[in-house]
Amino acid sequence: MRWGVIVFPGSCDDQDVYDCLKHVLKQKVEFLWHKDRLGRDIDCVVLPGGFSYGDYLRCGAMARFSPIMQGVVEFARNGGLVLGICNGFQILCEAGLLPGALTRNASLQFVCRQVHLRVEEIDTPFTSAAKKGQLLKLPVKHGEGCYYADPATLERLQKNRQILVRYVDGKGRPTAAANPNGSLENIAGVCNEARNVFGLMPHPEDASEKLLGSEDGAKIFSSVIAACGTRGKRAWVA
Amino acid sequence: MGRVAAKPFSQPAVTLALIAAHGLTEEEHRKIVHLLGREPNYTELGVFSVMWSEHCSYKSSRVHLKLLPTEGKAVIQGPGENAGIVDIGDGLCAAFKMESHNHPSFIEPYQGAATGVGGILRDIFTMGARPIASLNSLRFGSFDHPRTRYLLGGVVAGIGGYGNCIGVPTVGGEVFFDESYNANILVNAFTLGIAEKRRIFKGTAKGAGNPVMYVGAKTGRDGIHGATMASEAFSEESEKRRPTVQVGDPFTEKLLLEACLELMKKNWLVGIQDMGAAGLTSSSVEMAARGGAGIELELSRVPLRETGMTPYEILLSESQERMLLVAKKGQENQVKKIFERWDLDAVVVGKVTKDRTFRAFFGGAEVAAIPVAALTSEAPVYHRPAERPATQDELQRLELEKVPQPEDLGVVLKQLLDSPNIASKEWVFRQYDHLVRSNTVVGPGGDAAVIRIKGSHKALAVTVDGNGRYCFLDPYVGGILTVAESARNLACVGARPLGLTDCLNFGSPERPEVMWQFSQVIQGMRDGCAALGVPVVSGNVSFYNETDGVPIYPTPTVGMVGLLSKVQRHVTPWFKSAGDLIVLLGRTREELGGSEYLKLVHGSVKGTPPWIDLRLERAVQESCLKAIEKGILRSAHDVSDGGLAVALAECCIGGPEKSLGARIELREMMRPDALLFGESQSRIVVSVKEKDLGRLRDIAAKEGAPLQILGEVGGPRLAIQPLLQLPVEELRAAWAGALERRLRRDEG
Repeated sequence: MRWGVIVFPGSCDDQDVYDCLKHVLKQKVEFLWHKDRLGRDIDCVVLPGGFSYGDYLRCGAMARFSPIMQGVVEFARNGGLVLGICNGFQILCEAGLLPGALTRNASLQFVCRQVHLRVEEIDTPFTSAAKKGQLLKLPVKHGEGCYYADPATLERLQKNRQILVRYVDGKGRPTAAANPNGSLENIAGVCNEARNVFGLMPHPEDASEKLLGSEDGAKIFSSVIAACGTRGKRAWVA
Repeated sequence: MGRVAAKPFSQPAVTLALIAAHGLTEEEHRKIVHLLGREPNYTELGVFSVMWSEHCSYKSSRVHLKLLPTEGKAVIQGPGENAGIVDIGDGLCAAFKMESHNHPSFIEPYQGAATGVGGILRDIFTMGARPIASLNSLRFGSFDHPRTRYLLGGVVAGIGGYGNCIGVPTVGGEVFFDESYNANILVNAFTLGIAEKRRIFKGTAKGAGNPVMYVGAKTGRDGIHGATMASEAFSEESEKRRPTVQVGDPFTEKLLLEACLELMKKNWLVGIQDMGAAGLTSSSVEMAARGGAGIELELSRVPLRETGMTPYEILLSESQERMLLVAKKGQENQVKKIFERWDLDAVVVGKVTKDRTFRAFFGGAEVAAIPVAALTSEAPVYHRPAERPATQDELQRLELEKVPQPEDLGVVLKQLLDSPNIASKEWVFRQYDHLVRSNTVVGPGGDAAVIRIKGSHKALAVTVDGNGRYCFLDPYVGGILTVAESARNLACVGARPLGLTDCLNFGSPERPEVMWQFSQVIQGMRDGCAALGVPVVSGNVSFYNETDGVPIYPTPTVGMVGLLSKVQRHVTPWFKSAGDLIVLLGRTREELGGSEYLKLVHGSVKGTPPWIDLRLERAVQESCLKAIEKGILRSAHDVSDGGLAVALAECCIGGPEKSLGARIELREMMRPDALLFGESQSRIVVSVKEKDLGRLRDIAAKEGAPLQILGEVGGPRLAIQPLLQLPVEELRAAWAGALERRLRRDEG
């Protein structure tokens, strides 16, 4: 399979994802420039973390208008796999590919720390390599990661089992102290209804090697690899 | 060169009052007239005032700085460039520098600190190095001072705001509070970058006719005379200086960083320099000076974001996120294309000339013509008078027998762990992205940060350190201790030092006692560097850190970089498992002078700083390094502020995982408070598996380092028999949330 990592002006974790995929997971990966069109041979598009366009406006509000995003929306509508990490998650929400919004952290401060995630659903191409209820240790680092959705949207998310990961404590409980940003229902990541677009605030690419303190992040990437390997390209068409 | 229409500029008359307002003395004015052979015009006066400012010219410090050792095996570039560079093998090198942004940060903490980070980042990538880690050394006033919390919050948010956005991890640093900094905080920003050895770039202008290009953000009126401000003491008037503080735009700098690094892969560049203090003026003049050339600028071509800017303002603006480069003739359009791809301005604003003169035109009319040498090598150099203060003897007098012994040593330990200087700085560090670029093996909270080098087995370790209190009590010894502690911090993670950069923060050089402190500190640093084999490769001097006539403690801070040949071998400060033996490398002496304990518990800053023997220091560091290289240390932690008891507590509670207790026995014949809280130097607490104790003993014996078994890891308590015994969770509770507790209390 082939991965594409979009480089927006202001992307910071693009290199992290690239290195993780290429050198740790031995994947075929290329950078995609925001001014270009999306190539046809990509199996999974990653929108990396960072501060696209400086995020001086609402996070992700500018990036959704990047030339490449038109292709990404189309790609997603056709069942292509799209993974948004941190700023990428924010951009996907702004682009309407994922429900809800990410607002300023409840602390009003940037937060960089390790969190535990509980995997809530595993019937998706992003979480299939994990066990249901498994805890993953990953870092968060963001100023605007407080997930919000209106009651109707939240109900839909629950009904369709679109909440894929939640912030929990070391024992798997979704407590307030375990929630780094005040997210609604401790939500750390959601997918779309078709389950081929996934956004999360924590950074799996910074937690895929023992030397960096955790290898749990690799679960996300290896789920995608497995999904593409067994079902072939664009298999997640609804 | 082609001329562009610009509104003619009529130069205001130069009067004595105007000269004084530019911070130039009468004598300096006479020198200018002598060098030019005529009176300077208004624009030229502005140029002289910034280039001859203390900040740019080092006129008071230059004669002393020459003493510092700057050569070593690994040194590729010593002081004098935008950053120092050391060889790290495999065709790679490390570029690093530390710089102060004290004055702006006091006036406007968020932007002052943010642009401090932005400036030091540019110093690194202008050399062709990709920044991989930032650290900072921060000093605020007493925690109880009404302004401290505002400044702390603003500075930390500003550092995070810039570093996080540009995607360079902030991996560590120090934060210290003392009333000495009530009205003059210190914000020293450090950045480390990595470059290919064959692609190092310098700030030089060569080759007559080569185009001089301006790239990056547009120029505004912000920061005009920032360098001059940094060369004055504060007074109540300083608040009015707020408009001289620049505003940072990390997004533009991120684009500039990527565009410059992309350009540097090509073969089109002659030289490149960041526009920092004194903006376009200092960058062009310094580049011409290094290249032995002249430079000619047409100021009407400079991209502006405000209308009606005069040539004077364009030359002196300190707008951020701008670089000046000299391209090879004929490559201008190629260069422009790269910057266009990143949506940045790139404009030819002038050319390199032969006549070694700095010339500025505005719409074709010459507005300044000054020989480059007059602004650089001919700038004033002062041998300022230095005198040991009469009060120094009294300051150093500490009669230990008159210091009452505390009744409950456990209470004192908790008090120390809860004090802002020793407490966990997590509240600060969690506002910084310390992980981006996925190289951070040890982040904030360790003795030194460890950054792996992708594609190799190596890592770089970095630490920033300073101790103004020690330097105040004895600046010579303080200078040595600053260097020694920094190297010791590297040794604790297993890294051998390659070089250091310094930020020398002092009061006004016009005070003989400040100059005495300065010269003593330099001599101490020189001796420390020589004994430990660490060259000084870059640095910065910040004078005039005083308000209403009261200088800060003399505070040199150093950023030291070391190399680990095997990243897997790195060691962290925290105890790893029950049953490991706890060993002290080094020796505890009965001394309390300058200690955090003496200040916190007895309210006294007196005595002489801890004694140091550099041979012992070397032996201890070498033992630690050899033991780590042999893979037998499970943890290593430097004993510093708060002494042995605090170091042991940190080993128990400081780790990211759960706390571990320790059973210790200390039976030295000395005052218990000195034994527990004294800050004797050259000490490292290590832990080893019992089976490795013999090997550690052999190493220490061979190196000549004293070794003492303190006890073993385990149990729910830190028990230091027969002196104190406390549950580790109680210690962690005191230490972990201390800063936040204080900050929250104020909100409520």
